[in-house]
Amino acid sequence: MSKDQYQAHDYFLMDEMLTDEHKLIRDSARAWVKKEVSPIIEDYYERAEFPNQILDGLASIGGFGPYIPEEYGGAGLDQISYGLIMQELERCDSGLRSTSSVQSSLVMYPIWKFGNETQKKKYLPKLASGEMIGCFGLTEPDFGSNPGGMITNFTEDGDHLILNGAKMWISNAPFADIAVVWAKDPNNRIKGVIVERGMEGFETPEMHGKHSLRASSTGELIFNNVRVPKENILPNKDGLGAPLSCLDSARYGIAWGAIGAAMDCYDSALRYSKERIQFGKPIASFQLIQKKLAEMITEISKAQLLTFRLGQLKNEDRATSAQISMAKRNNVDMALKVAREARQIHGAMGIMNEYSVMRHMANLESVITYEGTHDIHLLITGLDITGIQAFN
Amino acid sequence: MKILVCISKVPDTTSKINFTDNDTKFDENGVQYIVNPYDEWYALVRALELIESNGGTVTTITIGSSKDDPTIRKALAIGANDAVRIDAEPTDSFFVSKQIAEYAKNENYDIIMTGKETIDYNGAQVGAMISELVDMPFVSLATKLDVEGTKATLERDVQAGVEVVEVELPIVLSAAKGMAEQRIPNMRGIMAARSKPLKVVPPFEQKELTTVVKFELPNPKTGCKYIDPENMDELVELLHNESKVI
Ligand SMILES: Cc1cc2nc3c(=O)[nH]c(=O)nc-3n(C[C@H](O)[C@H](O)[C@H](O)COP(=O)(O)OP(=O)(O)OC[C@H]3O[C@@H](n4cnc5c(N)ncnc54)[C@H](O)[C@@H]3O)c2cc1C
Repeated sequence: MSKDQYQAHDYFLMDEMLTDEHKLIRDSARAWVKKEVSPIIEDYYERAEFPNQILDGLASIGGFGPYIPEEYGGAGLDQISYGLIMQELERCDSGLRSTSSVQSSLVMYPIWKFGNETQKKKYLPKLASGEMIGCFGLTEPDFGSNPGGMITNFTEDGDHLILNGAKMWISNAPFADIAVVWAKDPNNRIKGVIVERGMEGFETPEMHGKHSLRASSTGELIFNNVRVPKENILPNKDGLGAPLSCLDSARYGIAWGAIGAAMDCYDSALRYSKERIQFGKPIASFQLIQKKLAEMITEISKAQLLTFRLGQLKNEDRATSAQISMAKRNNVDMALKVAREARQIHGAMGIMNEYSVMRHMANLESVITYEGTHDIHLLITGLDITGIQAFN
Repeated sequence: MKILVCISKVPDTTSKINFTDNDTKFDENGVQYIVNPYDEWYALVRALELIESNGGTVTTITIGSSKDDPTIRKALAIGANDAVRIDAEPTDSFFVSKQIAEYAKNENYDIIMTGKETIDYNGAQVGAMISELVDMPFVSLATKLDVEGTKATLERDVQAGVEVVEVELPIVLSAAKGMAEQRIPNMRGIMAARSKPLKVVPPFEQKELTTVVKFELPNPKTGCKYIDPENMDELVELLHNESKVI
């Protein structure tokens, strides 16, 4: 990729709503991304590998559980800080943000919220420092949008569980040290279980052939009579609501992240349109190009306002799942449309890895599907406003 | 070792530059500020490296209003121990130097560091003026700084080479590119900065010695002009009358 010339856009002076510390956190994340990740991201994307060497840096800028209290190794920051970090990471690549949101919201969050003190002390500090990487196993080959139907289950044997089943599409799985796995207990109740790499019968094969999110590593989790100590069950919440509340936290981060991807595409398209001359003029002087650019910044600004408000509600612990669904759905769809338009503005150059737009566009095809598909989030809003569920 | 690093804010390089008050004042409207890169990347970071290997403290000093606090917090997040802000508008270079010198006089610093210049007004005067006022030797535009005991060894880029300077502490120096590498604040640093002391001090009496009469923007960039190689007279004519370089 050519040099990262990204410049953030703040059409509605949203910065004035942030604290100085928010801005310092965001700008530090932005500077780190520019220095450490932008120069290598295209290469890793093409090789379909996650750049493991950046994990320490990612931890140091607060990429792992920044809102987790300091006593467990986190930074005790608010939700807007978390959102801003996600925005800056996804500005570079959705895969980078995915690694960070899985660790933060899908691994650290459930251990923090549903774990006991021993589990929190054992895992959270190492997850916060990046010494340990986690993954989250909910989706199964036959249960995606309908995770409640999962087959993965365990029986009990003295102090141990015997875990069987398989999870699929699991981000970070191939190199994760631990997996937070959702499985049914002998009474058919969904429980969270911490499975550690090295336990007999536990395998994590990598999935190959993705056209999207290539810089994030995705794999399966296979459990073949895995003996897990009972003390690894997350004791403080069970049922489908437990994994869904983790998803709320991750989806909230995605709502911010998508804005980052959209801003990068808009910024690149704006710069390119002023430099590219056709018919003797910069293409930015044509009305059709201006329409695209004007609509992009309008949609980005609307998403920023919606998401900032969601952040305030989240800080006050008042954000509902339905509000988070609406923001995730709106922002990812917005970002995908911005990426497609930006790609067109770049003409043939738009398909090249010299620009980030096509990579964002391909990445966002995963983001619009994972953590609840675009349509499932619509049905969540539908249920919320009518009181009638239309899932089945 | 006690080190004082002078830190100032400058407009982000992408800011739109406008003037007010009859073109005598910089228009701050909508401008985002950053820490002057020479202060941050070179002076501050090298100061931190020195105390990390030799022990000691790094204090930052800034002349400005509370609008400067975000840049000061950033310096603290990068690792400075504490900060001083002299509560005054930084007017001319002498005023600024006087404030720093008056504050530094009783503090026994081993090294007082400035950036080689600020990237907005490009004055490059403050370091030299401080050194005169506190009566300490001054090394300008240093690209390297090492300290052993009470002796500092510095390098400066000179025409087609490097000058190596030895000097007994205490000294004042201005830091140029190469002295250290940028450090990005990390989360621990940002959290620690919350509780680091930022002392606000009233200004010392000093009149402005200079006033700005006028700022002008450079002429807008014009496109390239192509001249037929056969037409040298036109080229000479344009170089003489239009760009006025010959
Ligand atoms: C790159 C990547 C990483 C991922 N990482 C993780 C991870 O770390 N952990 C994890 O657990 N999962 C992960 N996932 C899985 C992801 O969450 C699922 O893919 C997602 O929930 C959708 O499930 P599915 O793919 O089985 O699609 P399906 O559920 O089969 O959906 C197919 C289509 O049918 C639609 N549909 C389904 N049900 C309905 C309905 N009732 N009404 C209307 N339309 C419906 C959907 O909207 C979609 O368009 C990841 C996926 C990807 C692509």
